[in-house]
Amino acid sequence: MSSITLQNITKRFGEKTALNDLSLTIQDQEFFVLLGPTGAGKTTTLRVIAGLEKQDTGDVLFDGTSMTGAVPAERDVAFVFQQYSLYPNMSVFDNLAFPLRSPLRKLPKGEIERRVKTAAETLRITHLLARKTAKLSGGEMQRVSIGRAIVREPRVYLMDEPLSNLDAKLREALRIELVHLQKTQGSTTVFVTHDQIEALTMAQRIAVLDEGHILQIGTPHEIYDAPATTFVATLVGTPRINLMQASRQDGRIFVKDSSVRLPPPTGIDLPADFLLGVRPEDVRPTNSGEFSGKVALTEPLGVETIVHIRSGENILTSLVPGITPISVGEEVRFDIVRERLHYFHPTGKRIVAASV
Amino acid sequence: MSSYSQPARRRHLGDKRLIQMFIIPTVVLLILMNVFPLIYSLYLSFTEYSAINPTPPQWVGLDNYKKVLSDNLYWHNFAVTGRYALISVSLQMIVGFGLAMLLKEKFKGSGLLTTLILVPMMLSPAVVGAFWKNIFNPSFGIFDQFLGYSDPNTAPEWLGDPDLALWAVVIVDVWMWSPFVMLLSLAGLSAIPDYLYEAAAIDRASAWFQFRRITLPQVMPLLLIAVLFRTIEAFKQFDLVMGLTGGGPSLLQGTQAVNVTETVSVKLFRLAMPPQAQTGLSSAMAYVVLVIIIAISNLYIRALNKVREG
Repeated sequence: MSSITLQNITKRFGEKTALNDLSLTIQDQEFFVLLGPTGAGKTTTLRVIAGLEKQDTGDVLFDGTSMTGAVPAERDVAFVFQQYSLYPNMSVFDNLAFPLRSPLRKLPKGEIERRVKTAAETLRITHLLARKTAKLSGGEMQRVSIGRAIVREPRVYLMDEPLSNLDAKLREALRIELVHLQKTQGSTTVFVTHDQIEALTMAQRIAVLDEGHILQIGTPHEIYDAPATTFVATLVGTPRINLMQASRQDGRIFVKDSSVRLPPPTGIDLPADFLLGVRPEDVRPTNSGEFSGKVALTEPLGVETIVHIRSGENILTSLVPGITPISVGEEVRFDIVRERLHYFHPTGKRIVAASV
Repeated sequence: MSSYSQPARRRHLGDKRLIQMFIIPTVVLLILMNVFPLIYSLYLSFTEYSAINPTPPQWVGLDNYKKVLSDNLYWHNFAVTGRYALISVSLQMIVGFGLAMLLKEKFKGSGLLTTLILVPMMLSPAVVGAFWKNIFNPSFGIFDQFLGYSDPNTAPEWLGDPDLALWAVVIVDVWMWSPFVMLLSLAGLSAIPDYLYEAAAIDRASAWFQFRRITLPQVMPLLLIAVLFRTIEAFKQFDLVMGLTGGGPSLLQGTQAVNVTETVSVKLFRLAMPPQAQTGLSSAMAYVVLVIIIAISNLYIRALNKVREG
C-alpha cells in the first residue's frame, strides 16, 4: 500500500476549471473520503489519481514517486466505478478473475482461483460465481465490482460513489463491510461520496471539496465540530446546522429578529456582524430554559425527534432524543449549549480563537 | 349550417369505424398484392403452366421441385448465389467493421468523411452497375489502370473473364454495401460505455483482450443484424448482376454451358419472363429460394438471441 500526494493539481475541461490548485496528502493505510456536492471535483480528483484523466498542471506522487507520466495500468490502482462497470457476457467468476488474468501479471491458475474464492467469501457472493453479470441485482453487481478490486493487491483503492446507486439498507450493510475490509487489509482507500453520513461514518480523514477547491481537511470529528466555513457546516450534519445573523452590541450577542441573547465567548474576537451557528442537538428544550419559542413543526423519527421552534423571525431546529410529548403550537422553553457555538464571518469563514 | 354542428357530425364516426377505415384498405391491398400472389404461385409451382399460353395450369405434383433440386443446371445457380453471398457478406463485414473501428474516435472532419463513405449506399444499383461497367472496362476503365495495368491487351477483363466476373460483382457489392455495415457497427461501438474501457485499463487488460472481451461482444448483436440483412440481400442479388454482366460470361462445364454470374434471381427472372415464361417451374424455384432464406434467417435470429442472452 502507498501514500498519495497531490501537489497543486489543476484540471480544466474546456472553459470549466474542475480542479483549482488542489493539494493534499493521503497517508498509507488511511481511509480517506472526498466529500462534496455534485460538480465539486471529487470524481475528477479520483480519476487524476488513477491516471484516467491527466491534470493540466501539478504532480501526483505515490510514496513520493511522481506518477504523472504513468498510464493507469502502471499505477497499480483498483477503481470501483459508480456504474458497477462489470464486463457483460462474462460470469461473475470471470469478472473477478479478469484483473488477475492480465498478461502483465501472469498468475498461476490455482492462485487465481484461490484469490477469487477468498474475495467472493469476503463479500458473500460465492453462490453467484457461476452466474452471468446481467442477471445480478444492483447490490450484487456492486459487490462483484468491489470484489474485482480486492482480488488484487493494489497500491490504492479508489472508490467513486460505490454505494450511491444502492437502496438504503444495502448501503448501510456495504458501508460496514467496506470499513471492515479496509481495516483488515490495511489498505489505502480514497472514497468519493456526496453523502455526509458515509463520510462521517467511514472516514479516518475527510476532505471537503467545492468547485475544485479544498475547503477543509480533517477527521470527521474536526469537520463536524469545527467546520471551516458555513458551507462545510451546512454540508455535514442532519438536520442542518442553525445559521442565524447575529451582532455584537454592548458586550452581548444579539440574534437578529429573535429574543435570543447570549454572552460573548472568551478568547474570540467577534466582528460587529457575524453568523452564529448552532447544531440542532445543542438546542435543548427544557422547562427551565432561558429562551422561549413556539413549536412550528415536529418530525418524529423514532430514535429522535426534530422540533422546529419559532423564535421571532427565526426557526431553530432542535434534535431531541426519542419521541417527545412536545406538540405543534405549544410554547416551549429551551437552552442553547454555549460551549458548542460556531461563529462565522459574513463571508462564511469560521472565526477562530485568537491563539494566545 | 351553424358553426357548432360540425363537431356533432364528426361524433358519428366512432372509434371502431375510424379504425376500420384505416385498416381495411391496407388489408385489402395486402391480400390482393401479397397474400393472393403468394398462395396462387404456390399452387402454380405444382403445375405445368406458362403465363403467356392460353392453356390452363396442368397439375404435375412435385415434378417442378424435382427438376429444380436435381438438375445440375439449376444447382449451378444456387452454387453461384451461395458462393457470392458467402464471399461478399464476409468481405463487407470485414471492410465495414474495419472502417467503423477507424472512424470510432472523433477527429476533425470525421463527420464529413463518414457521410462521404455512405454515398455509395444511397445510389441506385442500376446506376452503380452502369458506371462500374465502365470502370471495369479494360481499355478505358480506371480500375485496371488503378491496379497498374497500362496495356489494354494484357489488362484483366473483369466482366468478361469467367474466373474474375463473380469477383467483379463482389467488388462492386462490397463497395456499395460495406458502408451499411460500417453504419451499424458505428452505432454499436458508440453505445459501449467508456467506463468499461477505463475499468479494463485499470485492470491492465491488453488491447486484444479489450477488443475480444468488451468491443466484440458489445457490437455482436448489431453485427449479426448486418449479416442477416446483407445475406438476405445477397441471396436476392439481381440488379447489380443485370447491370454489370447480365449473368455472363458463359463457361463450358462438362457438356453444359453455364453462366458464371447467373444468380438464382437472375435465373428466375429468365425462367419467368418471356420468351421462356415457364411460370410453373419458376414458381417452384422461387419457393425453394424462399425456404432457404427463411431457414438462414432463422439460424441468424437464433444466434442473435443467444448473443443477447449473453
